[in-house]
Amino acid sequence: MSYVYLYALLGVGLFVLGLNALIIHPHMLRKILAVNVMSTGVFLVLVALSSRNEEVLPDPVPHAMVITGIVVSVSATALALILMLKVNRATGKNELPDRGRD
Amino acid sequence: MELILEGVPWIVVLIILPLTGGMACFLFPKISKSLGLLTSLAVVACVWGLGWQLIEEGAQRYAIGGWGAPLGIDLYADGLSLVMLAVAALVGLGISVYSSAYFSRDKANHFWPLWLFLCGALNALFLSSDIFNLYVTLELLGLTAVALVALADGAQALISAMRYLLVNLMGSLFYLLGVAFLYHSLGSLDIAILAQRAQPSPAMWAAVGLISTGLLLKTALFPMHFWLPAAHACAPTPVSAVLSALVVKASFYILLRMWLEIFPMVGSSFAQLMGGLGAAAVLWGGVQALRQTRLKMLIAYSTVSQLGYLFLAFPLGMSVAWRGALYMLLSHAVAKAAMFMAAGNILAAGGDDRIADLSSITQRLPLTLTAFSLAGMSIMGLPPSGGFIAKWLLLEASIQSGQWWWGVILLLGGLLAAVYVFKVVGHVFTQAEPKLEARAVPARMEWTALVLALVVIFLGLFASWPLAIMEIGSPFGEGDSG
Amino acid sequence: MERNPWLLPLLLMLCVGLGYAVLSMPEPVEGLPEILVDNMELAGVSNPVTAVLLNFRGYDTLLEMGVLLVALLGMWSLGGMPDYHESSPGLVLDIMSRQLVPVLILVAGYLLWVGADAPGGAFQAGSLLGAAGVLLLLCGWRIGNRCSGLPLRILLVLGLGMFVMAGTGLLLIGGGLLQYPPSVANELILMIEAAATLSIGATLAAMFLGCRPGGTDK
Repeated sequence: MSYVYLYALLGVGLFVLGLNALIIHPHMLRKILAVNVMSTGVFLVLVALSSRNEEVLPDPVPHAMVITGIVVSVSATALALILMLKVNRATGKNELPDRGRD
Repeated sequence: MELILEGVPWIVVLIILPLTGGMACFLFPKISKSLGLLTSLAVVACVWGLGWQLIEEGAQRYAIGGWGAPLGIDLYADGLSLVMLAVAALVGLGISVYSSAYFSRDKANHFWPLWLFLCGALNALFLSSDIFNLYVTLELLGLTAVALVALADGAQALISAMRYLLVNLMGSLFYLLGVAFLYHSLGSLDIAILAQRAQPSPAMWAAVGLISTGLLLKTALFPMHFWLPAAHACAPTPVSAVLSALVVKASFYILLRMWLEIFPMVGSSFAQLMGGLGAAAVLWGGVQALRQTRLKMLIAYSTVSQLGYLFLAFPLGMSVAWRGALYMLLSHAVAKAAMFMAAGNILAAGGDDRIADLSSITQRLPLTLTAFSLAGMSIMGLPPSGGFIAKWLLLEASIQSGQWWWGVILLLGGLLAAVYVFKVVGHVFTQAEPKLEARAVPARMEWTALVLALVVIFLGLFASWPLAIMEIGSPFGEGDSG
Repeated sequence: MERNPWLLPLLLMLCVGLGYAVLSMPEPVEGLPEILVDNMELAGVSNPVTAVLLNFRGYDTLLEMGVLLVALLGMWSLGGMPDYHESSPGLVLDIMSRQLVPVLILVAGYLLWVGADAPGGAFQAGSLLGAAGVLLLLCGWRIGNRCSGLPLRILLVLGLGMFVMAGTGLLLIGGGLLQYPPSVANELILMIEAAATLSIGATLAAMFLGCRPGGTDK
């Protein structure tokens, strides 16, 4: 029973780690990877907590949610990657320019 | 006739129609423009049909697949969703007409499928009653919006699109984690069922925080507004209009729904925080708008400022406050779309949108100037316009509840808006030689801006009807009237 | 951006707070799994995840096919990378892909079929097809010019289109949107999943390529 919560905590940890990387790193590819780590964390939380009750089979609804989430994440990553390549091609740099004066 | 109107499940048609239109435009790019215009018209007709249904039968709930919550996904339409759908359909039609003249052939082939999918995502979002379904619609909305922003040429557009995409993804993931917490602690994904089962607990608090953070990021509430001005200003004009008018309001709608149904027991401190951030947004956005030298950036910062008003309703919490915020949403959507279209016309005529050079262009575009001025009236909150009604309601709420400081913010915001609107409009009345190279702007583009601006004035003159519609299904709870 | 000293403590607090919320998560009083078990005979498949994905919450899957398509539309609207140089595949890649691609296609078909009773289904099969497509693209294979216009577009739209057609068809026949009659639910789900598999595979492979095959828009 308790190992389920271990996985869920791991998921939370991944989420926060990914968030940290998203905020800190200026390189666009790192930001995209950080988003992927964050989403992995969320999926882990979803799936881990679906097996809390040991006598029954795990709850399939979070599993379906995660499958949907993975597909959405793949699509978004694909779009982000091509945008990154295009920004690189247009500006010659790999980082988004500073936001400048607000 | 009534039989047709009542028998058809307009809820479903509203979602399937734009999706089908988008697919058709993708398959047959040669006729995409006509297909797009047709679909936008059809969506307006369907909203009309749904409105009829709602007025006759009250709020509608549709169980997809026949399963019903909590097993399946439910669609739900009440006054609040109807108002959002109507705004989206109306502004959407205007944008479709505007875009039919705006884009060149190859850009148009990419624009129409993406635009129709965005319409479909908006409709699906406004009608959904399932928090995970809302996540999928949010992602659909975000990806189409990013792709549309990136249609503009130039490094600036690409950079702002990239930033917008990253912010969207961050917001969606916060939201999804909140959904995970909500589901695992309460056992359902349906909003109505969650409302019944909601109880304060650490998981609930975490969910509230996560979901709100994610949605506030997408709604660009200060201080998470950093991505908005660049994205809205660098996008192609019709896309800027969509973003400011509809896309940021979609996440606000979700936040409103969650707040009204699931989160009421969270307490007032969080509401005060949101109100405070809203007030900061109003002032900060207004000040920044004053400092801009380019017209589209000014309008984008004006969006940041106006979005702040929407959050003043949270600490006020009364029915009249919610209606005021919703009316503000409605008028701002139409007015901002008109403003961006006007700016686009000026850009198309003169080649750039520096405010200092406006006088030489604008003398050739009387319709556009009228549109901008009328829309500006609503942004300032002058009667007769939708913005005035909205501010009046919010003011009334702030006085009734004794929290008069929000009223002060309303007035200060109006003052700031007046200054930056007059900054633009004033250039009309200065004498300057008309630029010789001004290009002709298609009549369609000018007229769309003007028609939308006139709608804002109508919203100010005939306010009782939209206000009555909002109350169908009493989304704001049984409360005081007024 | 320079390291904000507040960032790390804030994130730690967030982590601790979320962790505490996870640990104290109450068990829901009435969960979904019991309701699911009761309705499984009506679902048409015996794998609960497939039942949820394609039947109970099929609308989510419909929208998600839309997300896939929209991401590809976005990629195509950006245009490709015009100076992308292809290198010729090495010997290992060439030979391995000749072995692997047919196997991948077979396994994809198997996963699609077995998804009704065991873990599997449209997305899993579609990813394998996509992987096969990626291998082919890496070897320098490109879709023929005749097929890269409308036929390719039809293939990409097939998943979402089949879903929408099935849903509206059922609506028009007299049920609700996506309301499968239990007697034909199995066949309907298989049909939709097959279309979705083809679409997903094609979309993933197209996303890998990044630009529109055939060059300019037709």
